[in-house]
Amino acid sequence: MNAREIGKSGLNYGIITLFVIFTAFPFYWMLIATFKTSNDLYKPANNPFIFNQPPILDNIKLLFNQTNYASFVANTLIVGVAVVLITVLMAVPAAYSLARLAGPWGEKLGIAMFMVYLIPPTLLFIPMSRVVTVLGLRDSIGSQIVIYPTFTVPFCTWLLMGFMKSIPPDVEEQAMVDGYSRLGAIVRVTLPLALPGILTIVVFAFTLTMHEFIYALAFVTASEHKVISTGVTTELIRGDVFFWQAIMAAGIIVAVPVAIVYNLFLDRFIAGFTLGAVKG
Amino acid sequence: VTASTTVQTQSAAEVPHRYWLDNERLLGAVMLFPAGIYIIVLVGVPFVLAILFAFSDVTVGSPEIKGLTLETFQRVLSDPNFQRALQNNFLFTFLSQLITIVLANILAQALARNFRGKWLVRFLILLPWATPIAIGTIGWLWMLDSVYSPIDWIFRNIGLLKQPGVLGSVGLLKNSTNMYWLGEPVLATMSVVLVHVWRMLPMSTVIIMAGLTSISPDIRDAVQVDGVGWWREWWEVTLPLLRPILLVALLFGIIFTFTDMTVVYVLTRGGPPPNTTQVLASWAFIKGIQGGNLSEGAATVIFMLPVLLGVSLAMLRVARQSEVR
Repeated sequence: MNAREIGKSGLNYGIITLFVIFTAFPFYWMLIATFKTSNDLYKPANNPFIFNQPPILDNIKLLFNQTNYASFVANTLIVGVAVVLITVLMAVPAAYSLARLAGPWGEKLGIAMFMVYLIPPTLLFIPMSRVVTVLGLRDSIGSQIVIYPTFTVPFCTWLLMGFMKSIPPDVEEQAMVDGYSRLGAIVRVTLPLALPGILTIVVFAFTLTMHEFIYALAFVTASEHKVISTGVTTELIRGDVFFWQAIMAAGIIVAVPVAIVYNLFLDRFIAGFTLGAVKG
Repeated sequence: VTASTTVQTQSAAEVPHRYWLDNERLLGAVMLFPAGIYIIVLVGVPFVLAILFAFSDVTVGSPEIKGLTLETFQRVLSDPNFQRALQNNFLFTFLSQLITIVLANILAQALARNFRGKWLVRFLILLPWATPIAIGTIGWLWMLDSVYSPIDWIFRNIGLLKQPGVLGSVGLLKNSTNMYWLGEPVLATMSVVLVHVWRMLPMSTVIIMAGLTSISPDIRDAVQVDGVGWWREWWEVTLPLLRPILLVALLFGIIFTFTDMTVVYVLTRGGPPPNTTQVLASWAFIKGIQGGNLSEGAATVIFMLPVLLGVSLAMLRVARQSEVR
């Protein structure tokens, strides 16, 4: 390695360190705060980044024993998995249809799908609240499972359509020459090739679901049916009283495993996204 | 070999329709049906209803649509809080996306190199994306607290703010013990933009990384052999090749920021002073849901639609054009 390359990689490390501080700094503080005593936390002169008093587990105990946090996590997972399943079941055939079978209409319908995604939830949830009442889903996670695909399906169909277009039709036609029906060829040839794209929409559908706040806030008020994003913000903030350490614990407990999973799939996600978004 | 493949491809088109599902149009329609019907029922119908709400005067108290009127729009438009929220929507989106796209470019380039500890770095950078926005924003609420802000603590200790109880201590940045990040309009605006950048950065970076991996290494090698400086390489080679995916990253960023209500709702509650950092989504929530005025809530949000539609169509078109070239 010559001096110039060492300089370059040094600069690279420097840049990356600055970015890591920006993105992860709040999480470092959240992690420390999780185990802090209130005496330590509420003293402006104390160094916020170290334990000025011995760490304690009381805040995590509060989270699990005195709130429905365990249900919030379970509900988030149930809603996430159900919405991802519904999204994949609807978006995969729709995306294939738009990419291959709909002819000149495919392109226009694909753009229309994206436009549907642009209608903001803040506009839809006023009339949607009537739909939820009519379906008898108020105060249940069923409301989220029924409603969330309204934003995941259009978005994921559009993204996957682009990905499907990048798969050469020849491989499918070859399979049909070999005696498969169109449907057989799709299942045996096209779907395996579309896996990175499907993985991408799984990640996006789950992320959009986890971040959603407005519908969850408006439609579910019973504590045991809340998800993390609304449960933590409504039950651990009582009036002006914030249970800061418990809130931070609640955040860290979700963020770390999700970030690990994202990181594991990142390369395949990148492959799926490149083809999906650019061709779409 | 070429001749025989041509023959096979031709015969593929002539495979007789053995099952009804081999009829392409029918199969296409069947596959599109579940998503299509779902969207028409659960997006189409509520969308039409929302438009009707905006042209009527329904409230929670009297939910019947009695007649169509333009009065709601006139009322909404003449409200200074609405005008401020509309301006803020543009301001917050423009500032945060400008910063995000520049930072995400730098970060994606840095992450494209191989280095020790890359897995850990990627994990740390993905964290904001893996946290529900509402909770991430509450984390920032403490970061920017008027008394306990850890940022203020650092500022006090490096002399940018006044140390309490220290004789003759003067803050270089502000002659006070705290910044009060969420206590006045300019700093509050900066704080909202900062949180938007923080939460959008991971996704934009990942999207741009996707674009970088699609640039063939041969092109980079050829450019580097020619001895072109990194700035010219980036400006004349990488940027044009990256343009479609940059536009997609920007498009997602704009959509997520322009329609977001959570950051403002959690961080500033629209203040300070009241309603100076409000955005359309939070203003609609306050009017339509907390205030029970459904039609004004709907009319407020409708102003997002032309912007979102226009920006998306324009950007998708440009992205497609640069791909063809």
